[in-house]
Amino acid sequence: MEEKTVVCRCEDITVEEIEELIDLGYDEIEEIKRITRCSMGPCQGRTCRNLLIQVVASKTGKKIDELHIPTYRPPAKNIKMTALAGGDEDEK
Amino acid sequence: MKSSAEIVIIGAGISGLATAYNLAVRGMKDIVVIEKGYITSGSTGRCGAGVRQQWGTEMNCRLSKASCEILENLEEILDYKRSIEFKQGGYLLFATTEKEVEQFEKNVTLQNSLGINSSMLSIDEALEIVPDMNTEGVMAFAFHQKDGHANPFHTTFAYAEAARRLGVEINTYTTVTGIKVENGRIESVITDKGEIKTHRILNAAGGFAKDIGRMVGVELPLKPERHEILVTEPVEPILGPMLMSFSWNFYIQQEPNGTFIMGYGEPNNPESQKIDSSWHFAQEMARKAIGVYPPLSRVRVVRQWAGLYMMTPDSQPIYGSIPGVDGFYIAAGFSGHGFMFGPITGVLMAEYILGEEPEIPINMLDVGRFERGELIYEPSVV
Ligand SMILES: Cc1cc2nc3c(=O)[nH]c(=O)nc-3n(C[C@H](O)[C@H](O)[C@H](O)COP(=O)(O)OP(=O)(O)OC[C@H]3O[C@@H](n4cnc5c(N)ncnc54)[C@H](O)[C@@H]3O)c2cc1C
Repeated sequence: MEEKTVVCRCEDITVEEIEELIDLGYDEIEEIKRITRCSMGPCQGRTCRNLLIQVVASKTGKKIDELHIPTYRPPAKNIKMTALAGGDEDEK
Repeated sequence: MKSSAEIVIIGAGISGLATAYNLAVRGMKDIVVIEKGYITSGSTGRCGAGVRQQWGTEMNCRLSKASCEILENLEEILDYKRSIEFKQGGYLLFATTEKEVEQFEKNVTLQNSLGINSSMLSIDEALEIVPDMNTEGVMAFAFHQKDGHANPFHTTFAYAEAARRLGVEINTYTTVTGIKVENGRIESVITDKGEIKTHRILNAAGGFAKDIGRMVGVELPLKPERHEILVTEPVEPILGPMLMSFSWNFYIQQEPNGTFIMGYGEPNNPESQKIDSSWHFAQEMARKAIGVYPPLSRVRVVRQWAGLYMMTPDSQPIYGSIPGVDGFYIAAGFSGHGFMFGPITGVLMAEYILGEEPEIPINMLDVGRFERGELIYEPSVV
C-alpha cells in the first residue's frame, strides 16, 4: 500500500493532497488553508503550519521568504455564550 | 503578468471571479484579474455566506432566485471536484411588529408571484421547525425552505479554477495603484508589479471600490462600513434554518460542520475601512443570541472577526458602466448581500460588458439612479 504523509492531523490532510492543489494552480498558503482547512483545526496550525510551508516551498520551487506566510492566530477565544452575555466590560 | 489585456478585473472576490469566468466562457480572451491579497481575502472570505430569496423588491427576488439556482448546480457547471457545501435549511424571518407582519405578507405575495415558494408561519408552525427557540414578542414568521448557506471559499475557488482553465490570469498579492485615462477612455492599469495596457476595467474591488473610482476621478456614492461576526465551536446539528430579524437586528445560522455563525448591524455605523473586532459586539451578540435561541448559552465562542459592507444610498448594488469614462465597468455596493448575488452578478456583468442583453435587465441598477432620484428601497435588510 502507498504510504501517505500526513501534514495536518486535525483535518487529516496529506502531502499528496496539498501537491494536487498546487498542480491546480493554488500556490498561496492562505488559499490552500481555506480549501483544506489545514492549520485551521483545533491546533490552529501549531503542529502543521511549518510542514505546510515546507511542502508549498518545495513543490513550487519558491524560497520560504518568497512565500506569503499567514500570521499565526492563537485560538483566540473560548468563552461560553452565557459568560459573554453577562460578561464584564473590562475583561479582554 | 501579461502586459496587455482585453479586460482587467480589479478584485478576486466572488464578483470579480464570477464575472471573469462568465466572460471567458462566452469567448473573451486575455482576461486579467488583479488582487492585492489572496483569492477571497476581501469581504467574500469574511462573510456570513447566507443565501436567501425572501426579498421585498422584485429586482432582488429575481437576482437572488437566479443566483440560488446557479448555486444548486454550481459544482456541475464549473466542474468543481469538491463541494461548495450548499445547505438549503431555509430562512426563518421574525416579524415583531404589526408593520413588519404587513411587510412580510406583502413580500410573500410578491415572492410567490415570482415563483419563490415562501410562506407566512404562525408561532406554532415555526416552533415545529425550531422547537427550542424563544418566540416571546414575535407575532409571526416568514419562511422559505430553499434559502440557506454555502461555503464562501469553495464557491469562489470553484470560479477561480474554472476561470483559470479557460485561460484567465489571476495575479494575487498585486495592488492596483492607478488607472490611466486619455480623452475619456481607459488606456492602462498601473500596479505595483507593472503596467497593463487595456481599454476595459471592471471595478469589483468590494470595500475599496470607491478608491478605484477615485483613480479615474469619479466619486461613487459608496460607503464602506465595518461589520462584525462571530463563530462558535461545532456542536451536533440542532438548528435547521437561519434565524433572522430586521427589527431586532440579528442573524444566527448553524453551518453544515456544526458551528454557529452570527452577526448584527451596528446602528449608525460610521464610514470606515477598518476590520478590527470589538468586545462590545461579542457581548451584545451573545445577549441577542441567547435571548432568541437559549440552547446557545452553553456553546463556546471560538473566533470573531470583521469585514466590510459596501453600502449604497438604497442598499442595492451598482451594476453597469460610468458615464464619461469609456471602458470603466462596476459591480460593487452590495450593501451586505453580495455573496448571494455573486453567481448572477457574474452572468449579468459578462453579458453587459459583451454588449449583450442581460438576462435580467440591470439598467435600473446603474450609478445614474442616484442623480435621477430613482432609488429602489429594499425594506428587508440587516
Ligand atoms: C460580516 C459580514 C457578513 C456578511 N454576510 C453576508 C451574507 O450572509 N450573505 C451575503 O450575500 N453577503 C454577506 N456579506 C457581504 C459580502 O461579503 C459581500 O457583499 C461580497 O463578498 C462582495 O464580494 P466582492 O467580490 O464584490 O468583494 P470582495 O470580496 O471584497 O472582493 C474585492 C477584492 O478586491 C481587492 N482589492 C481592493 N482594492 C484593490 C486594489 N487597489 N488592487 C487590487 N485588489 C484590490 C480586495 O483585496 C478584495 O479581495 C457579508 C459581509 C460581512 C463583512
